[in-house]
Formats: sequence, structure tokens, C-alpha cells
Amino acid sequence: MTGAVQQLTTDDGTPLKAALARTGRRARIRALLLVSPLLLFVLVTFAAPIAQMLYLSIHNPVFSDNMPRLSTWLRANPIDDVPGEAAFEALVLDLKEARKKRTHAQVGTRINYERAGSTSLFKSTARRVKKIDGPPYKEQMLAINKAWGELHLWTVMARAAHPHTAAFYAQALDLAFDDKGELTRAPEERRIYLLLFERTVFLSMLITLLCLILGYPVAHLLARLPLRYSNMLMVLVLLPFWTSLLVRTTAWITLLQSQGVLNDLLVFLGLVDDAGRIQMMYNQAGTVIAMTHIMLPFMILPLYSVMKSVPGDFVRAARSLGAGPVTAFVRVYLPQTVPGIGAGALLVFIISVGYYITPALVGGSSGQLISNQIAFHMLTSLNWGLAAALGAILLFGVIVLYWLYDRMIGVDNVKLG
Amino acid sequence: MNAKKPIAIAALSLGVSIGLALQAQAGEITVVSWGGAYTKSQIEAYQKPWMAKTGHKIKSVDAPNPAAPIKAQVKAGNVSMDVADLEYSDAVRYCDEGLLEEIDAAALPPAPDGTPATEDFIEGGLTDCAVANIVWATVVAYDASKFPDNQPKTIADFFNVKKFPGKRGLRKGAKPNLEMALMADGVPAGEVYKLLGTPAGVKRAFAKLDAIKKHAVWWEAGAQPPQLLADGEVAMTTAYNGRIFNAAISEDKPFKIVWDGQILDFDLFVIPKGAPNKDLALDFIKFATGTKPLADQARYIPYGPARKSSASLIGTYQDGKTEMAPHMPTAPANMKNALVNNFEFWADRDTELNERFNAWLAAN
Repeated sequence: MTGAVQQLTTDDGTPLKAALARTGRRARIRALLLVSPLLLFVLVTFAAPIAQMLYLSIHNPVFSDNMPRLSTWLRANPIDDVPGEAAFEALVLDLKEARKKRTHAQVGTRINYERAGSTSLFKSTARRVKKIDGPPYKEQMLAINKAWGELHLWTVMARAAHPHTAAFYAQALDLAFDDKGELTRAPEERRIYLLLFERTVFLSMLITLLCLILGYPVAHLLARLPLRYSNMLMVLVLLPFWTSLLVRTTAWITLLQSQGVLNDLLVFLGLVDDAGRIQMMYNQAGTVIAMTHIMLPFMILPLYSVMKSVPGDFVRAARSLGAGPVTAFVRVYLPQTVPGIGAGALLVFIISVGYYITPALVGGSSGQLISNQIAFHMLTSLNWGLAAALGAILLFGVIVLYWLYDRMIGVDNVKLG
Repeated sequence: MNAKKPIAIAALSLGVSIGLALQAQAGEITVVSWGGAYTKSQIEAYQKPWMAKTGHKIKSVDAPNPAAPIKAQVKAGNVSMDVADLEYSDAVRYCDEGLLEEIDAAALPPAPDGTPATEDFIEGGLTDCAVANIVWATVVAYDASKFPDNQPKTIADFFNVKKFPGKRGLRKGAKPNLEMALMADGVPAGEVYKLLGTPAGVKRAFAKLDAIKKHAVWWEAGAQPPQLLADGEVAMTTAYNGRIFNAAISEDKPFKIVWDGQILDFDLFVIPKGAPNKDLALDFIKFATGTKPLADQARYIPYGPARKSSASLIGTYQDGKTEMAPHMPTAPANMKNALVNNFEFWADRDTELNERFNAWLAAN
């Protein structure tokens, strides 16, 4: 049967299908060439650094690279007690070499992430280890510092001997390895990250909700006013959007602090007395107020663009058919603005989850978010592995929420403008 | 969202690298310091005279903590700064991790009377990679107008909100709050670090901090505490002594310092490994940490010079009438109950105690 159909060809005899495919391919390559600068730019400056950063969360070769003999030994032999001569010999030789290459402190820092006191242990031992030039190694090392006979130290080193580690993720989830290598919850006074993840999600949702409540009527007003008024009002929405973030945050400090404008006004009006000034700053309230203000344009703009395209006739038709104002709004107008609500809420929530500078400035202690801890580990403690693990968990959480949103509301429904 | 952090770092290094781009011709070095009145004092006392003497130029860059960009730059192999001003613990840690050039202390100029540099510097002021320029202190300062009758006199008063009501400003971090808490709890300066090395000591320090947690406002940059005091946001705060002096003398604020239980620390000059103008950087450090420039700097901000030979040369403040000597953290009258920061302790316990501090802070 197939042979019966006459194959379509172009003038020069090539099958039409192949010719079409060729031109199609050419067009695609041309299109790809056009976007390639941007693609390359995004890959080099955005995707690659993020991937590299994420890799840091599971990969830390500091110990295995700089203590090669000991690492090999530790990988080959399970640690259930403090090991004997062979391990100590490897330790002494590696430490001597690390001391020469000035890497012993990095090694100590790596172990110090999981066992406090290791930085100075490695540093002081490295200074004195050159005196050891023969067995018995274990005895001499214990004479330098008896901490070398500590099982906990050896289990930490045994885990560090593998360049790939789950230790940073464990720490980021408030877990710790015990001496048997099993995961347990971290001691209570050191649990922090789960609390902060929880708080970040809760506050971001609260901010999203507040933005929606405040932004919805504004967007509606903007969409319904005649153009010359709405343009003017639009400038009022956009002006803060164009103003530097730091300026806006600092302005909120001036307004909200206990000797600030708002409290002064309340005292002047006699609503509170001078001693009872309200603490609106350096706590969660400060974070929520300032961030809601900063996020508002991200809610209003998508809402506005959707509402602009909703014809007023539908609501009028509903009213003329006997629906009350509430019914007309809930059953006719609101469903048509859902794409705008979805877009605005998604934008505000995702930006809030990773927000860092405003909580740092106005959040005090109770208004800190997880991103402040990430910044702390990036810039102050320089524990990039932990920072990367925290960042990866945050990224994963956002992707899961995005997926949930897609399942429940549908991303196709989102309209950004 | 998750990209914010790398971007923050990138922005930070970019800020510093712009300095590099501008210094294409030979004879210009980039010096990174802490900003504000402190950088100004360094420009007046070190940088201007060095530029006048050698004809080279200096690009002065401010950073919230000059230590932060060093690790990123050295690891990336793209160092744009020549000299950085670091805290002791960072200088020692970075040196051990091989992020800094070594500086031969014997090559530093001797004191005017011929005392070699190695003996002229205050003990601990010279390390393998760093040369100290100042001794500074974290002190307790208060707004005198808030306590007209009964003024705070000891570190314990800072933790006593019943007797001295009002909000408290504290640095957001374990150091030096834990030390101060123990001293306020009656621990003598000499025993603070020994006690803090034990679980019971740490517990005791946090218990003391609990007493003012509800009243605390946390600051991060050195410029914040005088601002908090000036705004009336806090009645008392821990602060760097130089910042309080500047606010009190040049801006005429009623701020006073409680010279009890303060923590002394060095600031040191270092050269990051792979600095583009290493030789000029070393020349600048040799000049800046000479006896006279160190004494001159103390005329602009009351941080103690790191050389003993500078002490007798300290003059008056730039207003021409305020004697600087009594405002120095190293003045004998101010040293009665002072603690010298133990960098070895913090190199070991930094991770653990800051984690615990952060957990304590985040919990309501």
C-alpha cells in the first residue's frame, strides 16, 4: 500500500519532507544562534556558579586531599575504637607534609565544623609533630595531645576522609552524627535551622496574604479609573518600586522605631504614654511591615494587568440578572482575576522566601529568616558547605511549592502582564 | 532567590575589583578598611603622608569586614586588593590557611631610639603575616541624659535593667557578648576564657544574656551603636570606643564610656596572597606602622597605637584642645578590669559558639 502513494518532491527531486525539515532546521539553528549570547551569558554567570555552589554542599575534599595517607587508611578500615599504630603513622606523616604546605589549618577547620577545638589541636600538633621521627607513633601523639585518643575525633575524621559528605545537609536539618555514625537530632541548644525554615515559610505566606489584601483593591481601582487618573496613581505605585531598597528600609526604620515618627505621633495624640511606646521594629512585626511594603508592587502589577483585560460588562450583566454585589464579585469578577492573583502571590512568595537585607536591618532577632543564616555562613563563618546546603534546601522547597501550585492552580493560569 | 547570596559576594568583590580596574598604571595600591571615622583617621595619618613621600597613589575602599572578600578573591585567583585591615582572629586564621603573604617582622623600621620593631610592638602585635596598627576596645557606652541621677559604672550595670532601665544595644554575635556576660556575672578577667571553655561556663554566660534578651537591639556594623544611642533607640550599648568618642567629642553628644569589662583587640594590616602590587603594599605597611604615623592616627580616633614608642607622641585631638591620652583604651586608668581577646579560643570555638548563639537568638 505504501508504494501506491506518490511521494511529493520539490523541483530538483528532493522529497518535500526532507526539504521542509532542512529549512526548519536552518531556521531553528538561526534562532539558536540569535539567543546563544544570552544563553551563554546565563550559563556562565548564573547556572554554572549555582551548580558549583550546590556541589559544595556535598563535596569537601579538604581532608582527603591534604591528609592522603590517613584518608586511604580510614576509608579501608572501619572505626569502632581508637585505631592503632598504622593509622597514627599515616597521621604523623600527613601532618608533617601538611605543615610544610601550610594546609594543616584548613584541615583543622574542616574537622572543627563537627568537633569544636580541632583547629587548635591540628595547629599545635603540626608545630610539634616534626620531632616524631619513628615509632611508637601513637604513644608520642598522645603525649603531644591526649585528644588524639578520643573516639569522637576519629569518627569525625573517618567521615571527612570521604570527599563526598552528607554532614552539611545533616547540620542544615538540625541533625548530627553520633559516634556510631548514626543520625540523631542535634542537642537542643544548637537546633536552629528547622525553626528558621518554618518561620521563613510562615512569614512569607503572611506577607503574601497581606500584599493580596492590600494590593487587590488598589489594582482594581487602577484598572477601573479613567486613564489620566490611573496613570497618576500608577506612578505612586511605581515610585517606591524604583527607589533603592535600602532607602525604603531605612525610611521604615525612621517611621517605626520607638523614638520614630509613628510612636511620636501616638504619644502626641495621647494614645500611648511616653514609657509605653510600641515596639514595631527589630522584631517580626518590623520584618512583616517593611517587606509587605517592598513586595506590594510585585502583587499590584500582575493583578492590574489582568484586571485591565476583564470587561466590566460581565459584572453588570450579573447585577442585571439579579446577583447582589457580593455574589457578582465572588462568582463573576474574582474567578476572572485568578491568573493575576496566582502570578502576584507566586512572585511575592518566592521573592520573600529568599529575602535577606530587610530582615537583617529591621528584623531584630525574632524577625530573622533562613537567608540571614546563609549570608552568615557565606560571609562570616566562611562555612560555604553549610551555606550551600541551606541554599539547596531552600531552592528545593521553592521548587516543591511551585510544583504544588502547578498541580492545584496550574502555572498556565499565571499571567505576569 | 537562592542566587542572592552568591550575588551578594559577587557584588562585594565587584566593588573591590572596580578599584583594580582604576589602578591600571603602576604606583597605585588598593587599601581596604572598615570605613567611617576609622578609615578617615587612616587616610589622614597613613595614606596622605605616604602618598606625599613616595608619589604613589592609594585607592581607599570600605567594606563591612575587609576579611570577607579576601577568601573569595584568593580562592578565585583574582585578587584586587593589596592591603587589608583585619581583626586578629581573621588575620591569624587566614595566615594559617595560606591566604596571606608572610611579612618579615625584622624588616619593619625600628623605633626612633633604635629599639628593633620586634620589641617595640605590644606583645602579640606581630604575627607571621600581619602587622598591628591599633589596639581597640569593645566598651559599654551610655547616654548620660537617660541616667541623670545614678550613672552606670560597671559592666554588671549593663546587664541590670531593673536598676538602669532602657533598651540595650549588643553586637549580633557570640563574641564578645559571652565574655562580657561572664565578667558582669563577677568572673575576673583572667578566668573568663578558662570558664568559657567549659559547658558550665557557656551556660552561665547565656543565662546572664537571658536577663537582657528582651531588651536587646542587635547591631552589626560599628557605625550603628552611636546611631542607636543618638536616636534614643537604646539607653546603653556595647560599641567600639573610637566611635563613641567621635560622637561625643565632634558631634557633642552626651555619650559616656564605662571603662570596666572592656575587651581589647588588635587591628592588623595584611597582604592577601597574590596581591597585584605586593612590594608597594609592603612599603606602605612599613611606613604606616612606623612610630610617627601610628601616633598621628591616635590624634584622629582614640585607638591605641600598637607601638610602645608611639605612646609618648600622642597629642591632642584635631579640635586642638582634647588630650587624647586619657581616652585611649590602653590608658592605665582604663585598664583596671580589661580583657584581651583570646584569638586562639575563638579560632577553636567560633563555629560552635556562634551556632549556639544564633540558635539562642532565633528562639523566642
